[in-house]
Amino acid sequence: MNNLLKEFFKGFIKENPVLVLLLGLCPTLAVTTSAINGLAMGLAATVVLICSNVIISALKKTIPDNVRIPAFIVIIASFVTMIDLVMSAYFPEIHKTLGLFIPLIVVNCIILGRAEAFASKNNIFVSFLDGAGMGLGFALALTCIGAIREIIGNGTLFDISLLSDSFQPALLMVLPPGGFFTLAFLLFLLNLKKK
Amino acid sequence: MKEYVMIIISAVLINNFVLVRFLGICPFIGVSKKIETAIGMSAAVIFVITLASTLTFLINKYFLIPEPTNIFYILSGAKIENLKNFDFRFMQTIVFILSIATLVQLVEMAIKKYSPGLYQALGIFLPLITTNCAVLGVAIINVQDSVLSQSLLKSILNGIGAAVGFGIALIIMSGLREKFEYLPIPKPLKGVPIALITAGILSLCFMGFSGIK
Repeated sequence: MNNLLKEFFKGFIKENPVLVLLLGLCPTLAVTTSAINGLAMGLAATVVLICSNVIISALKKTIPDNVRIPAFIVIIASFVTMIDLVMSAYFPEIHKTLGLFIPLIVVNCIILGRAEAFASKNNIFVSFLDGAGMGLGFALALTCIGAIREIIGNGTLFDISLLSDSFQPALLMVLPPGGFFTLAFLLFLLNLKKK
Repeated sequence: MKEYVMIIISAVLINNFVLVRFLGICPFIGVSKKIETAIGMSAAVIFVITLASTLTFLINKYFLIPEPTNIFYILSGAKIENLKNFDFRFMQTIVFILSIATLVQLVEMAIKKYSPGLYQALGIFLPLITTNCAVLGVAIINVQDSVLSQSLLKSILNGIGAAVGFGIALIIMSGLREKFEYLPIPKPLKGVPIALITAGILSLCFMGFSGIK
């Protein structure tokens, strides 16, 4: 039981895919102009990650070893297409803001990385926990970065105004350079704590 | 003519793929420690993106979109009012990523056989490119953008521009990072954090190009 909990929670802090393993940086920087966008992207990736981990783990004996990477990519791409269609039907506004980065979940290194390093070696239930933990860790990191950028750059959090009217938002934070600066600052804090 | 120049300038500078659109950040941070590897990676990316934008444009035009050019429509001999049944655009993500992966694999085999010298220079970068989101990103932008999806030439120019923009950003970055070796950078900032701050400042510089219209 303890082991299972560890598999689930390792993605949150200890092996956080964004802040520790530095995977999936493109969506991390591109979509986190607000907390809600970061959360939506994180959850979309989580669903794909859980589904692909479960299916790949179930098929691990069937997929021949030398074509495993193309096979993984086809499985992941199918789930990404499903998420893409579901989001465009039920959440058209978020789908429009995230735009290009939904189909690009296919080439997110976190998902292929977990398939190769974890799901193809472990049983279905543990792979499910690993996918859920890693995905939620990704969502957590994206929401944090999005929240920081939204508060400083726009004075709001989840579209709720937090600061008084006299606050001058630093527009830079919601523009591309702000993404680089925020992530650099978070990594700096983590390094400082580690030492 | 002016239109074509604008497409290239826009892809290289105004909407720089790495610094403004955030595509291909992983290789941008990962292989920008030395100038030589950065040049090799840029050359490989320019090569693959040009081929990939040609290939994905043709696949999209002849297999996926519901136009009279769709091969399935022509082969089935269906009536023109049933054309909308031949809309396979929901398959774009899967088809594009598979064709890019196949293309990279074929290019690798071809180079290995016919040009061992080039293989030595580019070989190790080619497998990395399949999962470079800039390649799939260009393919998807080309088919979604109303101007670029008009003609093959425009799509290819956008692809070349995007790849050159990626190369410029990568080479500038690697030049700066080589100098970092000699600087007294505080320990918690060493490595990726300082690289990201540099990238942020570069991105700030590239935002200056958004005034070009």
